[in-house]
Amino acid sequence: MRKTGFILATLAGLLMAGTAYAQTKVKIGVMNDRSGLYSDITGEGSVVAAQLAAEDFGTDKGITVEIVSADHQNKPDIGSNIARQWYDTEEVDAIADVPTSSVALAINDITREKNKVFLNSGAATSDLTGAKCSPNTIHWTYDTWQLAHGTGGAMVAAGGKTWFFLTADYAFGHALERDTAAVVKAAGGEVVGSVKTPFPGTDFSSFLLQAQSSGAQVIGLANAGGDTINSIKQASEFGITQGGQAIAGLLVFANDVHALGLDVAQGLVLTETFYWDLNDDTRKWSARFEEKTGKKPSMVQAGVYGAVLHYLKAVEAAGTKDAQAVVAKMKEMPTDDVLFGKGQVRIDGRKIHDAYLFRVKKPDQSKGEWDLYETVATIPADKAFRPLNEGGCELVK
Amino acid sequence: MFELLGIPPQALFGQLLLGLINGSFYAILSLGLAIIFGLLNIINFTHGAQYMMGAFVAWMLLNYLGIPYWGALIIVPIIVGATGIVLERLLISRLYHLDHLYGLLLTFGLALIITGIFRNQYGISGLPYAIPKQLAGGQNLGFMFLPNYRGWVVVVSLVVCLATWFAIEKTRLGGYLRAATENPTMVGAFGINVPRLITLTYGFGVALAAFAGVLAAPIYSVNPNMGADVIIVVFAVVVIGGMGSILGSILTGFGLGLVEGLARVFYPEGSAVVIFVIMAIVLLVKPAGLFGREA
Repeated sequence: MRKTGFILATLAGLLMAGTAYAQTKVKIGVMNDRSGLYSDITGEGSVVAAQLAAEDFGTDKGITVEIVSADHQNKPDIGSNIARQWYDTEEVDAIADVPTSSVALAINDITREKNKVFLNSGAATSDLTGAKCSPNTIHWTYDTWQLAHGTGGAMVAAGGKTWFFLTADYAFGHALERDTAAVVKAAGGEVVGSVKTPFPGTDFSSFLLQAQSSGAQVIGLANAGGDTINSIKQASEFGITQGGQAIAGLLVFANDVHALGLDVAQGLVLTETFYWDLNDDTRKWSARFEEKTGKKPSMVQAGVYGAVLHYLKAVEAAGTKDAQAVVAKMKEMPTDDVLFGKGQVRIDGRKIHDAYLFRVKKPDQSKGEWDLYETVATIPADKAFRPLNEGGCELVK
Repeated sequence: MFELLGIPPQALFGQLLLGLINGSFYAILSLGLAIIFGLLNIINFTHGAQYMMGAFVAWMLLNYLGIPYWGALIIVPIIVGATGIVLERLLISRLYHLDHLYGLLLTFGLALIITGIFRNQYGISGLPYAIPKQLAGGQNLGFMFLPNYRGWVVVVSLVVCLATWFAIEKTRLGGYLRAATENPTMVGAFGINVPRLITLTYGFGVALAAFAGVLAAPIYSVNPNMGADVIIVVFAVVVIGGMGSILGSILTGFGLGLVEGLARVFYPEGSAVVIFVIMAIVLLVKPAGLFGREA
């Protein structure tokens, strides 16, 4: 009898010890475009970036990280279904990445409703930290306001006063055109016309011809991915830049430039908040990333790394997975990672860091397949993003 | 200066010319589809993937073997056409006695597999393929700047389309083909190898798709999705022209390119659907298509 009692007591003790040592399990869902036109700049690379963040966070802090992934196919209805399933039945705590603004806005609403965390890196619309801002959303990498002011501001300053927009016909394109047009007008410039192009498209020559005949000094491309690649390629074919009009690629990624080739893309001015060749830290991390994917990381993938790492640090610091507490901690703690350096997350959910104005190198300046940019200017963090009181976010008092 | 419906004539002519250029791709792709459907009764959904393969093989020839555009224009259709022959012998030929639907499902599945393989291997951003030096630059036509390369695309497409139409409608080989589709047993009895004739026809249809792929490579980035983007439009072209009608697919291809070009001027947002609206109307009014024979 005493023996049985002893064994039972030991078992009970073991069970309790087990509970005491139980680790917090955090499940992060990386949702993005896995096969469509944004799959190179997000896709599997973003999952790898999230895994690297979990790796660098470490396994010694009592937090185990599980990463799952899904393809939203750039469709808000599919993205919404996945998000609900993840939150309702699969115990996902946070959704990361989510390119395509229309999908991101849907996830933004669902995450708020379910009180989870949305770590957006892939989508650009500045509404996520403006009119549609949420206490559950962090917008990490870039946004349309920042792109508009970075590239748009630089082009206007260089004398491009009249603009014509080629705009991808969905939430992102409209937001980017709106934000850029505001910059152009504020600087005394004029928007002489714009055309909404079906998304995604392959042939942009008709629209480029309209832009050409408008006589605008600058043709603003409010599109992304394959649309931007085809627009730039066809603009070169139709002799638009040779004719004296400038192309402003408002959202161009290193991967797009790589796909275009320097022959076609040379001289293009663009804004990014991350480039693999910025400093020793970014080069070292990018080499790790390349080992797993065969490619250099995009700005979006770098942002997934930064956001996930900061989120995990916040879970540790808050000692809970409760979404409101973790997001509050993310805003309270300064950010620090090897890709974006030291920074902060504002009350409206906007992550603040430097942005860079790059110019695409000429083929003879490039020393390797991924040697694409020269830095024209660094836009300091406090100038790169929309001032806190101008976004109309309800969290800003 | 007078204006047509609010559009300056220069812009209008420019758009019409651009429409004609896109129409060239529609024509040459729908021609291949029409031949395969008209003579083999197979709805070849792999056509878009085969067009994409054409562009990729051209890129591979250039980057791995140093064979430039002009060589690719001849070699690529042969290589991709040969893969088509293998597919036909191994898989498609087993379905001739079944309903159309089985061929459609098989070729659709094949298209997904081929696209997936290229996407995994090369990513989605696409690969650069430069316009050949001899065709770089362009002409100022007064109302627009016409890139030499696009002019070349229109001319070469027209030549290929007309030559194909001539071969099928006016030569003895074409006669055998048409006869073999009407009555294979009878034609076989004359000592003609009907299965081989059919295999070669499929190979030729695929070669046409690959040829269009090579033509497209310098304009669009060489991209695994390029076939998926265009195939639905091309099917609409074939339906409007009349399934299986050779001349119908050529004329409708060029014609719908023009209509799409006009839509881009007057209502850009609608340019992606205008072809399908026309398809719906044509199907209501003339179910066999504009040039199709009533069944």
